[in-house]
Amino acid sequence: MNMIYMLLGFSIIIALIFLIAFFWASKTGQHDDLYTPSVRMLFDDDPEKEAEQKSDEDHPNV
Amino acid sequence: MKENLSLSVATVCYHCGDDLPTAPYVADDKHFCCLGCKGVYQILSSHNLSSYYVFNTVPGASQKKAPQHFDYLDEPAITADLIDYADDKTTVITLFVPSVHCSSCIWLLEHLHKINPDISQSRIDFPKKQVSITFRNQLISLRQVVELLTAVGYEPLISLQDVVKKQQSDHSERNLVSKIAVAGFCVGNVMMLSFPEYFGFSDFEEHYRDFFNWINLALSIPVLLYSSRDYFISAWINLKNGILNLDFPLALGIAVMFVRSAAEIITKTGSGFIDTLCSLVFFLLIGKWMQQRTYRYLSFERDYRSYFPVAVTVIKDGKDQPVPLNELKTGDRILIRSNEIIPADAILLKGEAKLDFSFVTGESIAVDKVLGEMVYAGGRQICGAIELEVVKPVSQSYLTKLWNNETFEGHKNPIKTFSDTASKYFSIILLFIAITAGVFWVSSDLNKAVAAFTAVLIIACPCALALSSPFTLAAVLSIFDKNKFYLKNTAVIEELARINTIVFDKTGTITNPSSNGFQFTGSLTELEKQLVSDLARNSGHPLSRELVKWLDKTPLYPVDRYREQVGRGISGKVNGHELKLGSAAFLGITAQEKGSVVHIMVDSMYCGYFLSEQRWRPGFKQLALTLARKQDLHLLSGDLDHERNLLAPFFKGSQQLHFKQSPQNKLDYIRHLQNNGSKVMMFGDGLNDAGALRKSDLGIAVTDNINNFSPGCDAILDGAAFEKIPQFISLAKDAVKVIHMSFVISVSYNAVGLFFAVQGLLSPLMAAILMPVSTATIILFTSITARLYAHKNKLL
Repeated sequence: MNMIYMLLGFSIIIALIFLIAFFWASKTGQHDDLYTPSVRMLFDDDPEKEAEQKSDEDHPNV
Repeated sequence: MKENLSLSVATVCYHCGDDLPTAPYVADDKHFCCLGCKGVYQILSSHNLSSYYVFNTVPGASQKKAPQHFDYLDEPAITADLIDYADDKTTVITLFVPSVHCSSCIWLLEHLHKINPDISQSRIDFPKKQVSITFRNQLISLRQVVELLTAVGYEPLISLQDVVKKQQSDHSERNLVSKIAVAGFCVGNVMMLSFPEYFGFSDFEEHYRDFFNWINLALSIPVLLYSSRDYFISAWINLKNGILNLDFPLALGIAVMFVRSAAEIITKTGSGFIDTLCSLVFFLLIGKWMQQRTYRYLSFERDYRSYFPVAVTVIKDGKDQPVPLNELKTGDRILIRSNEIIPADAILLKGEAKLDFSFVTGESIAVDKVLGEMVYAGGRQICGAIELEVVKPVSQSYLTKLWNNETFEGHKNPIKTFSDTASKYFSIILLFIAITAGVFWVSSDLNKAVAAFTAVLIIACPCALALSSPFTLAAVLSIFDKNKFYLKNTAVIEELARINTIVFDKTGTITNPSSNGFQFTGSLTELEKQLVSDLARNSGHPLSRELVKWLDKTPLYPVDRYREQVGRGISGKVNGHELKLGSAAFLGITAQEKGSVVHIMVDSMYCGYFLSEQRWRPGFKQLALTLARKQDLHLLSGDLDHERNLLAPFFKGSQQLHFKQSPQNKLDYIRHLQNNGSKVMMFGDGLNDAGALRKSDLGIAVTDNINNFSPGCDAILDGAAFEKIPQFISLAKDAVKVIHMSFVISVSYNAVGLFFAVQGLLSPLMAAILMPVSTATIILFTSITARLYAHKNKLL
């Protein structure tokens, strides 16, 4: 029956890890803007590819 | 014929979607309305950023505005306040970009490094319309960064006030979220460990009871010391000031719960109320979060500093030099370029001044000033550069000295909310019952006396009561938000329900600044109207634009030999006819000028004139009639009284119409009404209403573009929702009703709990059930009824 002590310990430690992860996310501002990242991730690589081909030519004149 | 034309040719600008002029600008087969839009397109396409146009059609903002000057950004003294972080290699700056509006904007502004590799990173916060840019300060200056943004059509708005504000705002919310997280973590684990207690331990499990209890007690400590800290602080501060607010019974309940639980666990006499304690704090914090949540990133605290530029160009010893606004002295000679704002009262020394005072008065038609004339601060110069001599420092000018008034010192009186009033009586009655119960038992059974006393304080802990206001008001706030009525906080709703007097500003508030009507005197054929429309389409003057909109003709003929004399008139040859539009002097005729008039001349034949007249906002007539049934209506206008007769029918008596009011007069009038016991709601739009908005019980700024600056106020109303004002008031009143009803519900739950508590029979299990059930009832009841009432008022 001592198993329960161990399981309880584990479950609280895991929960604590999540809590700390939440604090970290909050502190680094990940909850400040909940909208923009959802749009940002939809921009796929398509325009990037074109850009890569040309980006080398671009740099000198800027 | 006309159909075919419009089908084969693009009719709107590829960049911004504005109507194309008869001779559009062309690049790569794309049509543009102006050089600015074309310029942006060319920059983007040359850097392979044309996908900007793929994500959305016409994603750009119109570039018809005159360019701004950013030379002041080279002065380190001025920019020090703007920059977030700087070392000798990199600089980070956050800029407010009002024209951000779609996913293309996000994409482009986060790819700035493709245009200039010296910008190492740019991140957008879309809801706040802010872009945070990191750049290598050795290779590119702040001014160049800002000019680059402007070149691609995203001119940042740089003003002192918003910069100052930005730093402080976020942390209180983050703090609250952290507290909720801790409480949530504890409540989850406490619940898990309390369940065996609810179902009872079998004999061989008895030895776990103590262990679980001790862990529970440990988990409750962070909830007590961290999550619920604010309640203790607030209760203590209020108690010191002799105020019993709702935080007092809450703090008392939490404290008693903890002490009794700790005592029971340490003495091994029971398991205490740790589960109730944790879930109580958790729910309370969620309610608080709901109340604090703002749905829009609007600023309600603006004063003249957010309208005025950060710096102004001073001419000293023949040299131009940018100087921060607060260092501007009397006698300085300043240079105001086109599209810049005059920051202080000054005398015109050189140049042709044509000033747009729409920031101040809401009136969009520009005013001419002659040399040597006094020019008040707040006007925006429209054509060409002018030079002026400052006669009063910025803070002492006619407009800005309003902010020296005592109304602007300190905070506005906090709005008295129902829960504040109710909690005072609630706390007293609660204490009375608890003490009576304790005294009743103390002679017969001391243990039972303590149990009854603490149980009363625990069960009556007004969790449901504390949640009824936040949840109702938050629901109403989001309904208002959907209807384009943006409130500063939830307490404004309760204040709105109490209003009995409404004061309107005229220009820009009840008149519609963007839709003027015209009255034509003379004779003009349909064909001639077409010609007038085609000619006027080429001009950027507000009157020409209004005229085009009002005539409502599709572009047909191209214009030859187009000429524009700024502020006077335009001429050109359209379909073989010689046309002249403009002032009487421009046409070379003599006519008495009254109001804004556009005279028309076709082939040297005078045809008549268009008289511009302002139109009321749609629904104003109905609105005034509806409101007048219950509220007292007044009008305060800075204008002359030539519209008195037009407006008189809307108001009860002509003594409620006041014209030629200075900003100070408006403020005084509000104070006068308040002294007569009225609860005053003020609708205004310009800076000249700022004093009155601030002084009134509820100041509402009316604006047609919520991202434009509006003066400091309690709420911002989008002009499109103007006619819904009676519905808003009615819903606010219903919201107060909902709060009252939920108060009754939560008190009845408390009464049931108290029935057991006074007898000393309250079990932890019962408390643990009653508390969440009452909370859930309140949350459901308030959210559902708030929506039902919104339907009833046709706001959903």
